[in-house]
Amino acid sequence: MSALPSKAKVVVIGAGIVGNSVVYHLAKLGWKDIVQVDKGPLPNPGGSTGHASNFIFPVDHSKEISELTLDSMRQYKEFGVFVESGGIEVARTPERMQEFHRRLQSARAFGIDHSSLLTPEEIKAIVPYIDETIILGGFQTTSAGVVDSLRMGTLMREDAIEKGALTVSANTEVLDIVVEDDRIKSVVTDNGAIECDYVVIATGCWGPKLAAMTGTSIPLTPAVHQMKDIGPVPMFLDAKSDIEYPVVRDMDSNMYERQHGTGLEIGSYAHRPILYKVEDIPSNAEAALSPTEFPFTQEDFDLQDEHALELMPEIVGDESIGEKYAINGLLSLIPDGMPILGEAPTVKGLWSASGVWIKEGPGVGRAMAEDMVLGVSEIDWHGEEYSRFQDFQFSHEYIQARCAEGFNKMYGIVHPSEQWESLRGIRVSPLYEREKALGAFFFEAGGMERPQWYEANAPLVAKFGDAVMPRTAEWESRWWSPIINAEHLQLRETCAIADLTAFVVFDVTGPKALDVVQHSVVRQMDVAVGKTIYTPVLAPNGGFKADLTVMRLGKNHFRVVTGGAHGMADKKAFANNLPADGTAHISDLTSGMATIGLWGPNARKVLESITTDDVSNEGFPFASNRLIEIGNLRVLASRISYVGELGWELYLPVETAVALWDMIWEAGAVHGLIAAGSGATAGTGRLEKSYRAYGNELETSYNMVEAGMVFPKVKAQDFVGKQAYVKHRSEEPIAILCSLFIDDHTSSTGEKRYPLGWEPIVTREGELLIDSKGRRSFANSAGSAPSLGKHLVMSYLPPEYAKVGQELAIEYMGDRLPCTVALVGSKPLFDPENERVRS
Amino acid sequence: MEIAVCVKRVPLVGSTFILTDDAMAIDTSRIGATLSPHEENAVEAAVRLIEVHGGSITLFSVGSAQAEEQLREQLAIGADRAVLIETEGTEIDSQATAAVLAQAIDQDTTDFDLVLLGTESADSGGYQTGIRIAHALGRPVVTNVKGLDITDNKATCERAVGAIREVYEVQLPAVISVLDGLNIPRYPSVPGRIKARKKPVDRLSIAIPEPTTIRTSLRVPQSADKGAINLGSGQQGAKALVEVFKQIGVM
Repeated sequence: MSALPSKAKVVVIGAGIVGNSVVYHLAKLGWKDIVQVDKGPLPNPGGSTGHASNFIFPVDHSKEISELTLDSMRQYKEFGVFVESGGIEVARTPERMQEFHRRLQSARAFGIDHSSLLTPEEIKAIVPYIDETIILGGFQTTSAGVVDSLRMGTLMREDAIEKGALTVSANTEVLDIVVEDDRIKSVVTDNGAIECDYVVIATGCWGPKLAAMTGTSIPLTPAVHQMKDIGPVPMFLDAKSDIEYPVVRDMDSNMYERQHGTGLEIGSYAHRPILYKVEDIPSNAEAALSPTEFPFTQEDFDLQDEHALELMPEIVGDESIGEKYAINGLLSLIPDGMPILGEAPTVKGLWSASGVWIKEGPGVGRAMAEDMVLGVSEIDWHGEEYSRFQDFQFSHEYIQARCAEGFNKMYGIVHPSEQWESLRGIRVSPLYEREKALGAFFFEAGGMERPQWYEANAPLVAKFGDAVMPRTAEWESRWWSPIINAEHLQLRETCAIADLTAFVVFDVTGPKALDVVQHSVVRQMDVAVGKTIYTPVLAPNGGFKADLTVMRLGKNHFRVVTGGAHGMADKKAFANNLPADGTAHISDLTSGMATIGLWGPNARKVLESITTDDVSNEGFPFASNRLIEIGNLRVLASRISYVGELGWELYLPVETAVALWDMIWEAGAVHGLIAAGSGATAGTGRLEKSYRAYGNELETSYNMVEAGMVFPKVKAQDFVGKQAYVKHRSEEPIAILCSLFIDDHTSSTGEKRYPLGWEPIVTREGELLIDSKGRRSFANSAGSAPSLGKHLVMSYLPPEYAKVGQELAIEYMGDRLPCTVALVGSKPLFDPENERVRS
Repeated sequence: MEIAVCVKRVPLVGSTFILTDDAMAIDTSRIGATLSPHEENAVEAAVRLIEVHGGSITLFSVGSAQAEEQLREQLAIGADRAVLIETEGTEIDSQATAAVLAQAIDQDTTDFDLVLLGTESADSGGYQTGIRIAHALGRPVVTNVKGLDITDNKATCERAVGAIREVYEVQLPAVISVLDGLNIPRYPSVPGRIKARKKPVDRLSIAIPEPTTIRTSLRVPQSADKGAINLGSGQQGAKALVEVFKQIGVM
């Protein structure tokens, strides 16, 4: 044990691939006084890195994960620990073959150029020991490979040590992490205490134990992944290197097989979820192998043996080949399947880099280091933010239930709109019973039940006929209903009530509230009380961190309203700007406040009939807010719309929400009022109005100019991202956000197909569009625009293609569907002059 | 040739272990289980004998229901059936274990030519079960066997005593307890696993005699720190390794 310094800038806990990558990149970016501790020995301290299979299939349907993986591969290559073995995913079912077309789309959209579909015979030629008669085809990625993650870690530590930036202490257990005034103070180990500004928890499945020392939590669970290594395999005896054959993923069996020296490793994600508590993990000394290598439980692998035997009978069926090694290896599972990255929502200076696979490790290390040192990382990772969780999502039962459900999705065919099944109906709106009575089909947003559409509106489908743009293909019909489009059309014709209670709502108050809000957002916040402002929130690089609305309710009182899914992270973006002296506060009203939307041409008639307040256009203009009386209720009304119609968002305490709903419902009957779900109010409505969505069009990789969201003036006050924003304003955009119409939906089978988003946008000849920063064009959003009678796609295009009338195509399920640029920039295609909103 | 092999499920411990709060057992809540290593040699020996002489192998075990896991493992290696005398999982003494196993072997429908077992179990290490079974069945016994050959119904057993090699001949039926070094146990194959799933594991109910050896408590002995020493890497590491080899007299 080397002596620990008593002070450090940062203590990184964990010497697996993630911790090692973090220290390497922090040192590379110039930080000194980095201390890294691990309770285990080096180079293999006994965590998941030590028993990982170490292969990397780069293709993923998440852009962020794809980018983190590609960056990691680049780094592994840089350190000379990457062997490009190639990888083949094989299909046993037609559904899987369609999924492979979709994987090819994601590969091309997110920058992986080495993927193609293979026939069974082509696979047999590459993997001679496979039984090609039981498969329908495969998806090959020749750039897939196998890494030496332990060696990589050693090299990374050595580099940081050479720079004089890092002290490493192995066999050093963290006993406590001291927090003072919600800020990291020190780390206490069995080898001494270290005062520090930052702590990074990069301990994989031990994360919850360490987070608990700070009074917070990391919502992950240790879980078992089974694998066995059989050998020696006679046909591998002549192998000249460790990896000569591509890794095979038997997707429909949730398994993989890979040659490894003279052995064949068989791994599975098919078995029952075997979840542990962090307290169940033995110490390094107690464990027979390593703490994360539990004894193999054969009964959980019985079916997998059969599946492996089916696919590779020549090897697996050979009785002379023994199982040399078999483990229940521990890894980390997260309730929503994404890593937990970034600063903790409640403890300043506490960072998590948890739930990360070998394939993303170095990329995550770089992203974390960039964010810590520079305030923003090149790769966007908003979907992985630590601060995304709602409080109840930290409960043990929730974590166990969702991780159990998510485990078998690892190799699954997961629809982009797929909803969770376990622990539903926990976080519900006060209007839940009303919605159920209307046959609401619920989606989850930020863990809250939110109607996506209402079966009660089914008769409208017949009313609007083909205008609802019916779909026949099963994939696009899944988690979708033509009722969404019918609700949309009815809302534009009469009016609709919508439950928006899933919104995250928080107040910024105190003498310095204005300063906090000014510093957090782009637009001028020193406005008259009663103004409602829609504004982006930027990262230091001028990319998007959020977009939301802020209401000024008083001199020192601002109310922020933002989406349910990412709102908790948005709240943290504001909290980061709070002064240390307590002159401004943030209070979260999310659970106390219900929000009801009332929109459509008849919205005013409905509201007028139940309020004595002046809600005329003159009395209550667009982008203003005011307390009004509706019946016997006092309601904060804000005239704003995400669907592009006249209307209001109405905020009131949850306990009175049902009373308001009932009043509007009753008054609306004569005005054609319906209830509309988020499918219309957060989906189709905004698409045809060219309203951008955070996480789709808006993320840190794109800036305000590219998104076509430049405001006439830049405010004098400083705000996060201002410098970059000003610079971007003076430059030509490198890509421009456009809206495209699909011209013909007919696929090669004759069936009409409707892209759902994230597909590559290409020329009619199939050439990818890549801008001068190397970013590819893909469908940031795609969906119905029922009032335009079109299926609409939003995509950032290089300027030479960003021309109205430009003919392009979208790749979808093996076909190239022709599309044409309909709009450059943000002027809406529907109601371009915004007459409806301002009527 | 009909062979009975007696096996025992034991805790799979690392370089240290923790006792239960009452100090009466090893705390297995965070660790797994395995088979006593010498018994793996016994099963391997049985499999090899059957390969030559024909016949079948029956496993006998006294233990918790979970011991089926270890029995299946050995069925995958090549045993044909297993008999589990189920207990509640608490350790029973050598006398009782031997009495129960002897009764099970005796009342089995198969007449066994040979009973094989490990010389001692990996956890309690009583070194008695083999001898007591032999006594109960009225058969000869050879312990600590590291070499075994059977011809003409006669077992030739080798054992090492210091630098001396003892060789015994014993007429079957007999009881033989073995040590590691007898052979290198094979790993189960996947087809072996699949076959093992269909092989019978019979439950047998036999009353466990009252213990005559009473466990009062366990104590973990103080041991010197046996943690790994990093000798270095690259050329420097190689030099250090050579020094160590010289010190321990292998170079």
